[in-house]
Amino acid sequence: MSSPGLRRAAVAVVLVLLLTLPAWVGNPYYINIASQILHWAVFALALNVLVGYAGLVSLGHAGLFAMAGYTAGLLLAAGSGHFTADVAAVGVTLATSAVFAVLALRSTGIGFLMITLAIGQILWGVAYRWASLTNGDNGVNLPGRPAPFGISLAGADAFYYATLVVFVLAVASMAVFVRSPFGASVRGTRDQAARMNALGYNVWLIRFLAFLFSGFWSGIAGLLFVYYNQFISPQVVALQTSAEVLLMVISGGTATLLGPIVGAAIVVIMKNVVSAYIERWNLVLGVIFVAIIVFMPEGLVPGSVRLWRLGWRAMRARLAAPAREMLGDRGR
Amino acid sequence: MSLWLTLAVNSVALGGLLFLLSAGFSLIFGLMRIPNLMHGSFFMLGAYLGVAFLAKGLNFWAAALASAAAMAVIGGVIERFLLRRLAGQELAQVLLTLGFSFVIADICLMVWTGDPIQPPTPPELRGAVAVLSIFFPLYRLAIVAIAVAVAIGLWLMIDWTRLGAMIRAGVDDTPIARVVGIKVSRLFTLIFCLGAALAAFAGVMGAPYLSVYPGLDADMLPLALIVVILGGTGSLLGALVGSFLIGFLYNFGQAIFPDLAYVILFLPMLLVLVLRPQGLFGRVAS
Repeated sequence: MSSPGLRRAAVAVVLVLLLTLPAWVGNPYYINIASQILHWAVFALALNVLVGYAGLVSLGHAGLFAMAGYTAGLLLAAGSGHFTADVAAVGVTLATSAVFAVLALRSTGIGFLMITLAIGQILWGVAYRWASLTNGDNGVNLPGRPAPFGISLAGADAFYYATLVVFVLAVASMAVFVRSPFGASVRGTRDQAARMNALGYNVWLIRFLAFLFSGFWSGIAGLLFVYYNQFISPQVVALQTSAEVLLMVISGGTATLLGPIVGAAIVVIMKNVVSAYIERWNLVLGVIFVAIIVFMPEGLVPGSVRLWRLGWRAMRARLAAPAREMLGDRGR
Repeated sequence: MSLWLTLAVNSVALGGLLFLLSAGFSLIFGLMRIPNLMHGSFFMLGAYLGVAFLAKGLNFWAAALASAAAMAVIGGVIERFLLRRLAGQELAQVLLTLGFSFVIADICLMVWTGDPIQPPTPPELRGAVAVLSIFFPLYRLAIVAIAVAVAIGLWLMIDWTRLGAMIRAGVDDTPIARVVGIKVSRLFTLIFCLGAALAAFAGVMGAPYLSVYPGLDADMLPLALIVVILGGTGSLLGALVGSFLIGFLYNFGQAIFPDLAYVILFLPMLLVLVLRPQGLFGRVAS
């Protein structure tokens, strides 16, 4: 569509905008919203690995996201250091992802989706009902944010920059993943599983590794989330979180790098705006789902491009029509 | 001793209720391959509608049937005008039904507020009957009896009637079924309506004993899901056995390991997935 030079320029402009964001936004409330968008974008990018590139729709990813958050939260509350807690959180999330993947990959398509939904629900059950471990509905409070290399992340600006660094790393790893032979083989298992199998690829293993990759970044996003809020409760593990992040992926456009990021921005901004005026966020969320499916099934980014082109063509046709009439419509 | 017996009776009653819920889910998800994430919402909305009809002074059974009929219409409209256009697109169907489940949940919250509602047990089913000097609450027995009757009715319909043969033909080979003159899409709408009606009926039946509250939908959907994965998709016998198994696990788990009861509920499903992915009575993997 565009030349690589133009694209590189666009990326540079966006990076500069993101880097200077606290300066031109100013108000910590909006800086915090930007942090939220970034960590949700990391989560949406992680889910997109499965939904977009592997063609496996998971409705249990909130479980992985919360697994990291809860592990870190509980360890920190028990008095361990940030480094240990974070490493343990990522380790536990990876192990959970592996179990998740082994069970869910018994099936593909709807079966995969239903199994991930069921397992996600188990994790919700653990978080909600195993009160002696997770403190049940009251959730877990964190003692505070970490201070890597002696820089405190307590303020909105500092936390925004930390989130931005992780976000950029996530986007870069996604870009590498998409271009890598592994990324190509993941897309291969999505489009032509039988053919990939016949070519000697281990389809199951490729999907399993894609799941782990997705689980890893979901865990990182979960860590960012729990540090941002300094609190985690079973609400985070509920189906609604999985549904919201899926909406981010789908609304932005699956199997694109930009789609989940745009989707995350739209959903977070809307959630904040809608919640400020009415308390019916769930209704709005549901209606958006239905509207997207009915009007823009391919996602907002590709969908807007399509509608834009349609409109452009219609406008050009209207502009061209009088001209053709003048020429007596001898055209072609 | 009497504690265990009470638990057993409650388990069988919950099993019956779960069967009414998951039979419809098994038909919609197992036969038609539609991942209907609204099924818990049908149960909850059905229960709320039943409560509303009861408040209008309707008799309990009339309210249950009216709620089932209303839900059949709602389900039919969603299937005919929205889901139908997405035939074969699983992801789109998932999102659409998920979207509707949020809308339904929020509308219920708006109309019936957040307080749980527990309608009274129908007067003719209050009290208990004594069998061998052991007392059984009548209402729980009635739920089981209705579940068994529905199971037999569905089995007769699917396996022994012309309609059932047409449904099976439509599922196994849609194009050929169409060629021989079976109106497959009309049949599918019919099944969807039936599934929705069964869920709503189960909701009303369950209301006097589970009560109706926001979040009931999210509680029931996973239960229907595990029953169907456990029993095997599309198998009514599987749904029946799975329902009673989950009914027992739920009640006994809650009594013995209250902290982990919810997790125990899913263990047989995980075992089945690992050892026998097609489910206990399923023929093909989901």
